[in-house]
Amino acid sequence: MVAIIDYGAGNTKSLQFALDRLGTDSILTSDAAQIKNAEKVIFPGQGAAASAIRKLQRLGLDTLIGDLKQPVLGICLGMQLLCEHTEEGDVSGLGIVKGTVKRFSNKVKVPQMGWNSIHDLKGPLFEGIDEGSYMYLVHSYFVSKSKETVALSDYNGAYSVALQKENFYGVQFHPEKSSQKGQQVLSNFLKLSS
Amino acid sequence: MLTKRIIPCLDIKDGRTVKGVNFVNLRDAGDPVELATQYALEQADELVFLDISATEQKRKTLADLVLRVAEAIDIPFTVGGGISSVKDVEILLKNGADKVSINSAAVNNPNLIDELANQFGSQCIVVAIDAKQIKDQWKVHLVGGKVLTELDLFDWARELESRGAGEILFTSMDHDGTKSGFANKALERLSSNINLPIIASGGAGSVSHFVESFTLGKADAALAASVFHFGEISIPKLKKELKQQQIAVRIDEL
Repeated sequence: MVAIIDYGAGNTKSLQFALDRLGTDSILTSDAAQIKNAEKVIFPGQGAAASAIRKLQRLGLDTLIGDLKQPVLGICLGMQLLCEHTEEGDVSGLGIVKGTVKRFSNKVKVPQMGWNSIHDLKGPLFEGIDEGSYMYLVHSYFVSKSKETVALSDYNGAYSVALQKENFYGVQFHPEKSSQKGQQVLSNFLKLSS
Repeated sequence: MLTKRIIPCLDIKDGRTVKGVNFVNLRDAGDPVELATQYALEQADELVFLDISATEQKRKTLADLVLRVAEAIDIPFTVGGGISSVKDVEILLKNGADKVSINSAAVNNPNLIDELANQFGSQCIVVAIDAKQIKDQWKVHLVGGKVLTELDLFDWARELESRGAGEILFTSMDHDGTKSGFANKALERLSSNINLPIIASGGAGSVSHFVESFTLGKADAALAASVFHFGEISIPKLKKELKQQQIAVRIDEL
């Protein structure tokens, strides 16, 4: 069973449908016990960082996420919130992964919207995914390259599209919206052992 | 590299596609879900569903359709047509739409864009602008082009950007249906004036029109309906030719 953390983030329906297509049961929940006991946890995200953090705090989930021992996948804003700080609303993230989140420069169109290629792929999440594969992204803020980066993309320079630290994984792209390649990433995450 | 997007647009009435579709491999050409699935397989980058029905049942039908589409496809899609409140948007997003497209309601109540951007994030708020050139000025029109407003296309787009819109879908009424190419000059001006992604719409008739919308018009995405629905332009072929013309597009070898 996969627990999708429910804190009012947008478009969890598509994520649930994507898991259905992979034959995986999922539950959208904000219940601490249910999240702790799930085999895998997905931390989705869409919307504004500051209000997302406030909602997590209100539900008491901000401290819970960092203590999880099973594989956890942050998606989009979910990945950004794993970091220490974000310029979006100037708020602290959960601080699980090193790094800060910055806004794209106005030299490029913001938000970045569409399919971008990803490269320098590392680790189990990208098993069977070719360098240069396309993923669907929509975001105005980005995470810089760090030693926890496991995939890069380029938009006004290279930035992190995937992170990993221990059991915590993060992807900036939307695997549930990235056709077969995205489905492969989700399937790889589901195959991770706890 | 961020790629240019190709977006088929499906007109929906009472839960069915209208304007006709001529796809050999569909069992039911009127079923939006079946058509959407086909386009996703052909590597369309995104889809737009435009609801043109005007019945009271419309919202429920549309919400159900969105749910069925989200279940069936794994590429992003936008839903538009008659959306006028935060509540309308909430239902569609909750049912799996990635973005909503707002048109008349943005003109009638510009604050709606601020509210929607604050509540749901700019990334899911597309504003559609229908405009027509009148004496050298691009004037915004409403109700499928029937009602002229005082708004200038470029001023309006700038205002939308400052209010938190995430993307502009610009349809040139002068070009729509002509199959003579997109409004590249206006697109280029729009693209250099504002810092949001721009979707070009209206005028697609050939592969070279798509090329020009990206090279001359500097569009980030190009939308079309009939040329795709009637198989006049196939998406895989179009993308292959775009790639040959050095335009970055997503082509997945499967």
